[in-house]
Amino acid sequence: MAEIRVMREDLRPPSSPPRRHFISIKDVTRDDVERLLATARTLERSMQREVKKLPTLKGRLVINVFYESSTRTSSSFELAAKRLSADTMSVKSSGSSVDKGESLKDTAITLGAYDPDVIVIRHPQIGAPNLVARVTDAHVVNAGDGKHQHPTQALLDLYTMREELGRVEGLHVAIVGDVLHSRVARSLIQALALMGAHVTLVGPPALLPRGVEAMGCEATTDISAIAGADVVYVLRMQRERMQEGANYVPSLREYAARWGVTPERLRPGQKVMHPGPMNRGVEIDPRVADHADALIETQVRAGLVTRMAVLYDLLTSGPIEVKTESVLEVA
Amino acid sequence: MLFVKDASKENIVVRGARVIDPGEGVDAVLDVRVDDGVIAALGQNLDTNSHHVLGGEGLVLTPAFVDPHVHLRTPGREDEETIASGTAAAAAGGYCAILAMPNTDPVVDSATTLGSLIEAARTEAEVPVGFLAAITKGQAGAELTEMGELAAAGAVGFSDDGVPVAAPGLMRRALQYGAVTGRRIALHCEERTLSRDGQMHEGEVSAELGFTGYPSVAESLMVERDLALAAYERQPLHLLHLSAWESVQALRRAREEGVQATAEVTPHHLCLTDEAIRSLDPNLKMNPPLRSASDRTALIEGLKDGTITAVATDHAPHARHEKEVPFEAAPFGVTGLETAFAALYTHLVEPGLIPLEVVLERMSAGPARAYGLDEPRIAVGSAANLVLLDLNASYRIAEESFRSRSVNSWLLGETVKGKVRATISAGRLAYST
Repeated sequence: MAEIRVMREDLRPPSSPPRRHFISIKDVTRDDVERLLATARTLERSMQREVKKLPTLKGRLVINVFYESSTRTSSSFELAAKRLSADTMSVKSSGSSVDKGESLKDTAITLGAYDPDVIVIRHPQIGAPNLVARVTDAHVVNAGDGKHQHPTQALLDLYTMREELGRVEGLHVAIVGDVLHSRVARSLIQALALMGAHVTLVGPPALLPRGVEAMGCEATTDISAIAGADVVYVLRMQRERMQEGANYVPSLREYAARWGVTPERLRPGQKVMHPGPMNRGVEIDPRVADHADALIETQVRAGLVTRMAVLYDLLTSGPIEVKTESVLEVA
Repeated sequence: MLFVKDASKENIVVRGARVIDPGEGVDAVLDVRVDDGVIAALGQNLDTNSHHVLGGEGLVLTPAFVDPHVHLRTPGREDEETIASGTAAAAAGGYCAILAMPNTDPVVDSATTLGSLIEAARTEAEVPVGFLAAITKGQAGAELTEMGELAAAGAVGFSDDGVPVAAPGLMRRALQYGAVTGRRIALHCEERTLSRDGQMHEGEVSAELGFTGYPSVAESLMVERDLALAAYERQPLHLLHLSAWESVQALRRAREEGVQATAEVTPHHLCLTDEAIRSLDPNLKMNPPLRSASDRTALIEGLKDGTITAVATDHAPHARHEKEVPFEAAPFGVTGLETAFAALYTHLVEPGLIPLEVVLERMSAGPARAYGLDEPRIAVGSAANLVLLDLNASYRIAEESFRSRSVNSWLLGETVKGKVRATISAGRLAYST
């Protein structure tokens, strides 16, 4: 994973070795992704054993800092660290000094004083992980920053696609819904483009960002475009975005009628994915969500092993050529 | 309309500099003698008498700069800037005069607030400073300020900078009544229902980064409205910090049709594009935002062909802790007084995008004209407003060098070319290094 560009080099002592972070899909190469997916696969095999804990990261400290609510991401990061025998600590914005108005910089410096090896951060504002990376010595993993990036989600989605369909390169993936507000979509578009998949965005005009095609995808407002896709990736319609007067769409009802993913709009064999949490009956028909072609539970399981792979990769031998066998060796 | 601390005028000779005054058609190696603050002689081997001598060999001497758009943060945020620190920063940047915007706390919308600023400037301003007063009370966009009284009390112009005058009917009244005062009305053009929550230019970069877009049309729509009102009322106006090519097009067309409109552009809009925001550096967040490469090209063309006649820094100091936050949480604005010439010389003149003479004219005579101020000139009998520039000096912009109380510069850490060696403002040596 590439080192992020720091705004001011003079903030860091010149002697410190470059730290690797996982903040954006933009920071990684195709080789990095291949290595992470291979590591995740190895780890998944080790998870099939009766005792699931590996001693790999014993004595390491992973701090999870969540400034937004989360079930899947926070629980999977915590479990991922525990399965690798790291010490973990979770800080939530409510009930912490954040409630007292402490700035992100000061909170990060405070947590940095415990010398964590990794800080996993979710924050409602774009660039929060970059700020944490600047003011602490930890490796920083972005668990979602505003509408910007959610790189581990993209990784787990690639993992799911590869496990279920055998490949990512050459797949046609339709991403449906509120792309404008979606960090999941941004990371996934970049990740799929990096791996050689073909991406079509489908959604209401005001929820497809102007200029988004430059990311290496097509965009259309016509829901029938999902028919040709191997995978239909449904985005959450974020109710909190539908504040009065925004008028992105006239109503959720009208959204569901025009862009909801229903059995009638799918053909047999098309796989359906969703990052959760779902709004059943809005962006996804319950019959689709519960059908065997929906990979939603697989995605959750993939979340655990890919996040283990990210922690493992950042804290072990380095950016290049991590041997996948080494996980089993130490295990 | 400009106020500066009392100081004795000086006797100075600048020796052997390349003297460039585009307005006077001068470009020659000359000595310039200043007697009692007034340019007394131009020529070869002038007598120095007992004058203070500044060596100008290898340097450029040109009319000092005028910044029509500065935020001095006083009253209200003296931790960020004061009249003393802001005018000291101006002197270090080569400016002989600056104009301060009224969006302070409280807003400069009464003769008493304006009067206290003028008093302070008379004791602490290192270079002459003019104060704009608000167009509407509290910049709330509902009621006109007492513009006549404010003009009589010394306001140099009127602006609600920071916010647009949203209602077209009120804007029309401001143009009508502003004419009575003889002062310029300066407009921040932004249609807020289009720029709402916008963090950066809407385009490919915002689509990728996820920031809410602030589209060009949010500016140009308001530019077109205000030009239409100015045409209808046959009144002059000044457009602040243009950023979009559509705005430049609209202005060019209106000027051709005889509308008395002037406009300014900032160094950051001339030097950078929205691509820079990929670094997520909050010191690249400003309003209007950095725009696309084609917008930047249009701004440069507009400055060259005289559609845009002024460079303005929109110097906007912010406290360090307010900028050391994620981009979206940071306030809009960057500093610029101390780096404007170096930025333009490095990014525009050196690469051959715009001639030096044009930059010098648009930083000095152009902005002075826009507000009806005396143009700094290098001519016998003119007040000495001169800047001595070293075009070969290359240096790194560092926090420690700023005289401003704030360090939110987009150039931090960058190596630039072109250094101010001395500033003579209103007949006094205000800065030298």
